[in-house]
Amino acid sequence: METGTWELKAGLAQMLKGGVIMDVVTAEQAKIAEDAGACAVMALERVPADIRAAGGVARMSDPTKIVEIQEAVTIPVMAKCRIGHFAEAQVLQALGIDYIDESEVLTPADEEHHVWKHNFKVPFVCGCRDLGEALRRIGEGAAMIRTKGEAGTGDIVEAVRHNRTVQSEIRKIINMSDDELPTEAKRLGAALELVQAVKREGRMPVVNFSAGGVATPADASLMMQLGADGVFVGSGIFKSSNPSMMAKAVVQAVTHYRDPEIVADVSKGLGDAMPGLAVRDMREGELLATRGW
Amino acid sequence: MTVGVVAVQGDFAEHIAMLNRLGVATREVRLPKDLEGIDALIIPGGESTTLRRLFDLYGLTGPITTLASSGLPTWGTCAGMIMLAAKLTDSRPEPLGVMDITVTRNAYGRQVDSFEADVEFPQLGEDPFHAIFIRAPAVAAMGPDVEVLGSLEDGAPVALRQGRRLATAFHPELTEDTRFHRYFLELANPSNEA
Repeated sequence: METGTWELKAGLAQMLKGGVIMDVVTAEQAKIAEDAGACAVMALERVPADIRAAGGVARMSDPTKIVEIQEAVTIPVMAKCRIGHFAEAQVLQALGIDYIDESEVLTPADEEHHVWKHNFKVPFVCGCRDLGEALRRIGEGAAMIRTKGEAGTGDIVEAVRHNRTVQSEIRKIINMSDDELPTEAKRLGAALELVQAVKREGRMPVVNFSAGGVATPADASLMMQLGADGVFVGSGIFKSSNPSMMAKAVVQAVTHYRDPEIVADVSKGLGDAMPGLAVRDMREGELLATRGW
Repeated sequence: MTVGVVAVQGDFAEHIAMLNRLGVATREVRLPKDLEGIDALIIPGGESTTLRRLFDLYGLTGPITTLASSGLPTWGTCAGMIMLAAKLTDSRPEPLGVMDITVTRNAYGRQVDSFEADVEFPQLGEDPFHAIFIRAPAVAAMGPDVEVLGSLEDGAPVALRQGRRLATAFHPELTEDTRFHRYFLELANPSNEA
């Protein structure tokens, strides 16, 4: 009997596909998310929109908060550690977290290296803006990828940009001949064997969700149609005027993303989506997606 | 023959890929209308709480319960096995009650306790099946009509059959081994009806 294997880490992500992973900050919110049909929750002290507003250094959540959320639900519970902060990751593994998000939403602890994730039994999800970044994270042991988007904005534009970039780079590799792959691997800054895996499988070698900006059911449908395996919704649920209804609507839009009549139906009467921040109006230093190397 | 695969959430694409490799036609089931004309049904791995919510939301609970209880060959893997159970040892979610088994969810603990193991299934031949258990359920009790197809070394049953209903606590769809899918297709073949 073996535990902590790659198959088990990547396999849990397979179970989350076609689902919505929601950021929650209290046990009560976690229950609302579970009741709405979320396939997992991300246990946080603050949602990204509030992390932005608060400024300063954003760290791993207080374990008390995390445990409170673990006790409230039976769906998998994820939590974030800072980029490169393997000690925070060790703490999260000790708490029995089901998935660790090594996240650019928190203030990076290391500006050159990410956590060597193969050392852990618990699986990791990491963000990417392009295929090279995704494959570097997979090389370090990430068993799930999410395109970053721009967290805490409610603006879908970066999520679309990152998703389209990844999908178009994958299509390019599929059409390359084997002898072109080493140069492409060099260009992407990724291991050749992972570039070969992309060509062989015709997709990202692990489950790939979309994150950072989903605020409405139509946003969720858009990301699914662009090729995401599922979506993370951060501030979009609990910063909307009716979180329970918004949560249910986004879940349904992800299942039925190819059925505009259903997406239209669930989009009715939701009240206000989260107040947004247009990424175009933000300063370079305010962007979270540029964190990660 | 067309096998419906419940596609509301979870690893339905892996089941479909496996069936297509075996030359079997499949249909993704998201709404009750997708159930019309299928010859067998698979409820995949996923999150059981999520699947249960979505079954209610999409009106699938009643139709699937009726079909599976009235003889449609049905297979549940992991979360799918939880859905087929008569009872769960915890209070939620309410299962469909189409197989006479009582199931404990997340029976082995959290994700770090998920495991792989080689399990012997006499029906599949001599070679053991490499089984992947992810936040897996366990069988706490079963009725007299339920046959155990294979167990872990400690005796815990992990694959069960009742008539033309099949439940596995693990994920054959995540492996390259097609034997369980072929076993289910044989079970579902109308010419093999008892």
